This record gives sequence, structure tokens and C-alpha cells, in this order.
Amino acid sequence: MSASVLFDAPGPKAKVRNRIYSVVGTAAVLGLFVWVVLRLNEKGEFEGALWDIFNYSGIRDNIFEALLATLKAFVFAGVLSLVFAVVLCVGRLSDHRPVRWASVIFIDLFRSIPLLITIFALWVGIVGDMTPFWALVVGLAIYNGCVQAEVLRAGVNAVPKGQREAAYALGLTKTQVTAGILFPQAVRSMLPTIISQLVVTLKDTSLGYLILYPELLYSARLIANNTPVNGTYPFVQTVTVVGAIYIGLCLALSSLATWIEKRGRRTKTGIAVAAAAEPAEAPGVLDAAAPEGPGRAEDGSKGPDDDPKGTVGKSN
Amino acid sequence: MNVLTDNLSLFREGFIGTVELTVVSGIIAMVLGVIIAAFRVSPVPPLRVFGTLWVNILRNTPLTLLFLVAFFILPKILFPDVDSFVLGVVALGFYTSSFIAEALRSGINTVPMGQAEAARAIGMSFTQVMRVVVLPQATRAVIAPMGSIFIALTKNSAIAGGFDNVDLFNVTKTLSNDGYDITMIFIWVTVAYLIITYAINGAFRLLEHRMEVAR
Repeated sequence: MSASVLFDAPGPKAKVRNRIYSVVGTAAVLGLFVWVVLRLNEKGEFEGALWDIFNYSGIRDNIFEALLATLKAFVFAGVLSLVFAVVLCVGRLSDHRPVRWASVIFIDLFRSIPLLITIFALWVGIVGDMTPFWALVVGLAIYNGCVQAEVLRAGVNAVPKGQREAAYALGLTKTQVTAGILFPQAVRSMLPTIISQLVVTLKDTSLGYLILYPELLYSARLIANNTPVNGTYPFVQTVTVVGAIYIGLCLALSSLATWIEKRGRRTKTGIAVAAAAEPAEAPGVLDAAAPEGPGRAEDGSKGPDDDPKGTVGKSN
Repeated sequence: MNVLTDNLSLFREGFIGTVELTVVSGIIAMVLGVIIAAFRVSPVPPLRVFGTLWVNILRNTPLTLLFLVAFFILPKILFPDVDSFVLGVVALGFYTSSFIAEALRSGINTVPMGQAEAARAIGMSFTQVMRVVVLPQATRAVIAPMGSIFIALTKNSAIAGGFDNVDLFNVTKTLSNDGYDITMIFIWVTVAYLIITYAINGAFRLLEHRMEVAR
């Protein structure tokens, strides 16, 4: 970190000063932490009985089932969103203007509506009756499909033009060029970004809470509400456990993305592997018109190197 | 069409609610985000660790979980009797601050090392390097991602509507409970969100053009 744009390498004076700041900073951070812990303790949140609930097999089964429900929604939504993404991306790259326009409008529209509104509308019945599960899955698939389609398109555009020309020159059809030359390379270069977006999908399954789909959060709340211990409800405890699970899952997926990105950097195919970018909201809603290079990868300095591993489980 | 004309005041309230949530939590997120970004690039290791933990934990937590913490834990334990607007804004602000911190940090990283070194070599003080060389460039690099973050914030504010706040999602819910056709509600609410997000997008486009400079 000594190599920073902001600071010169510290001299003797600055070293002393930095050390003082370190001590003060640590004290402040620790102080905040201790205050929260004391406050929690004061309210009796650290009593053994409250944490003991996780020793009941019933509660553990509940959490496990909820986790499965979350993962089920995630897997369905993830796969469906990728399918949607391919369809929408092909539509966007189509030679036929109406198809292209329809895809653009669809993508821009659903990227700018809050996902929760889409899911709610599906649940209430904008297109026939849907169970909470399908409302959640379809909503997630539509929204993330739109985002992933743009990611894929950026990947296709990043494939050097010569390859396409060479393929056409060999007499391949458009379908062959797209499926055989462009898409495989687009997917490869965009894999980190695609996985980062899957992290968003995973996080957003928690919206199921608001349409009463019994996923992890919803069950956490049910557990907290239904197992009062000595008159208090174990919200802190269940949220801590569930939060740890979420953060663990998301960090695992994010680090997969950064691992692939680093691995991709070693190979020499000439197509840069995009940065694993922020695992979230980043893709701007209305910026479809803005030039999208290979995955906003201009700042290679960002991210992976200073991600601390092992923050898993320090949720609250 | 009836949905809108019959419930104009409700729609107005919801619209204003969404705008308020966005603006207030945006301000919180900016303030926290700048502080955390400063922590992350500071030469003091404990603060850097704190900043890194903050960003990584908040970015990998579902926003709904933060709302759960804000609504079921904060009032019970730390701050009793706070109204739902404050809680919602705190959850949104904290969540968004992690994205803003990351955007700012990568903005600072876009400034080439050599420029700062050159500036120091000609004898500029820390403040001068910051004011004249680093920050103006970092600001420009950050405007576009910032716009996306605020648009995402607007969309995320819908979750606050699921937690006792009056906003456009809450309006959707109320009207659909009243038996109005969800398709019409959906269309009007979408239009409302589009107005807000286009306004933000336009504002940031304008800023970008104003501050554009050849590199």
C-alpha cells in the first residue's frame, strides 16, 4: 500500500503519526464494537438459552429446508435468466430491425423497474396465477436475464472483428458464426461478470420474503416469532445465523468470479477477461446507449487483490 | 386510466415517498461512502481493514436482510421508538454506502501514479496534489458509476415500501388490495419510476458533459 497516488512513502515523522492514527483508529473501531456488544448484553441477547434454539433439530431442519428453498429459487432463476439472456442477446444483435427494437425496449424497460414491483405484479397475477415460487423465479429471471443479455452483448462486441469476418469469409452462416465463434468467446471473457451477476440473483432471492415465499429470511422471521425464550424473541440470533449463511454463499460465489478472472489473465487468447466488477447494481439502467467496452474493465487495479478472505460469518 | 385518476393523491404520496427515500438515503450513503472510501485508501491499517470489512460484508448481504435488521433489531436493542422512515433510510443508506465507497476508490485508482509523483516532485503540498491533480480527475471518473448507483438506489427503495413506508411499491400493494387491475397499476408505477430514473440519468449526463475533459 505504500505505492499510493495519495501518499508519499512515509518518512520518520509520518510513520509516528500513522502509528498514532492506527492506535486511535483501532480504539474507535473497537469502542464502537464494544458498545454494541455491551448494549446487546444489557438486553440479554447473549444468554445461552436464546442461542440454544439452534440445538433443536426442528429449528435446524427449518433452516436447512429454508436454505434449500432459497437455493432452489436461485438455481431455477439463474438458469432461466441465462436462457433469457441468450435469447435477448440474439434478439439485440439481430439483423431485423423490429426484433432488435423489441429486445432493446424489453431490456431497458425491465432493467428500470424495481425487481420487487415486477415480482409483486407477477404474484398478484399480471399473467395468470403464479405461486410465490414461480413469481419469484420468473421475476428474477426476467430482470437478471436483461442484465446478463447486456453483459453477453458486451462480450460479443469485444471479440475482434477479424474473427467474424474470417468466419463469414469461410462461408459460415450467421447462426454458425454466432453460436460457434462469437458466443463461446463472449461467455469466456464475460464469465467473471456473469458470475458476479449471479451473486446479485442469489441476494435478490431474499425478495421472496415480501411475497411470502418461505425462503431463508422468511423462515428466519417465522422461527424468531415462534420460539420465544423467556418472553424474548430471538431475532438477533436467527438474523446472525441467516446473515452468516447469506454472506458465506455470496462470498463463495464472488471469490469464484475473481478466481476465474485471475486464471483468465494468465492465458493468451487476446481477449481480455473482464474484471469481476462489483457484484451488484452496477450495470446502469439507462446506459445502453453508452459505449460498453469489455466489461468496464478499464481499472484493472480494482478489487480482487485486497479482498480479505475469511470474512465469512462475521455478519452482525 | 381510472386507477390513476381515482387515486391521484395516493400516487402523489407514493411518488413523493420514493423520492424522499431516495434523496435522504442517498445523502446518508454519500457521507458514509466518502468516509469509508477515505478509510480504504488511508495509510492507517486498522481503518483500511475496517473499510474493507464494511464494503465486503454490506455488498454481500441481501438488502432485505438489512431491512430485517433495521426493523426488528435496531429498535429493540439500540434505538427504541424510531419511525419506519428513519429505519428504512438507514438500511438503504448503509447498503448503498458500500457501493459508493467502491466507486470512489476505483475513481481514485484511475489517476495514474506518475501524475502524483510529478506533482510531488515539483514541490506541491499534499493539499495541492489533492486539489489540483488527484481529486478533479477522480471526480470525473466517478460520475458515471455514481449515476448508476443512484438509479439502483431508487429501485432498491421499493423494498422500504414493503416495510411500512409509503412509497410507490406500497401504493402498488394498497391499490392491488383494493381490487384494482394490477396491469394498470403496474403501468403507472413503471411510468413513475421511469420519470425518477430518467431525471437522475439526465442530471448525471449533464454533469458528465459539464466536467468532460480530454485525457
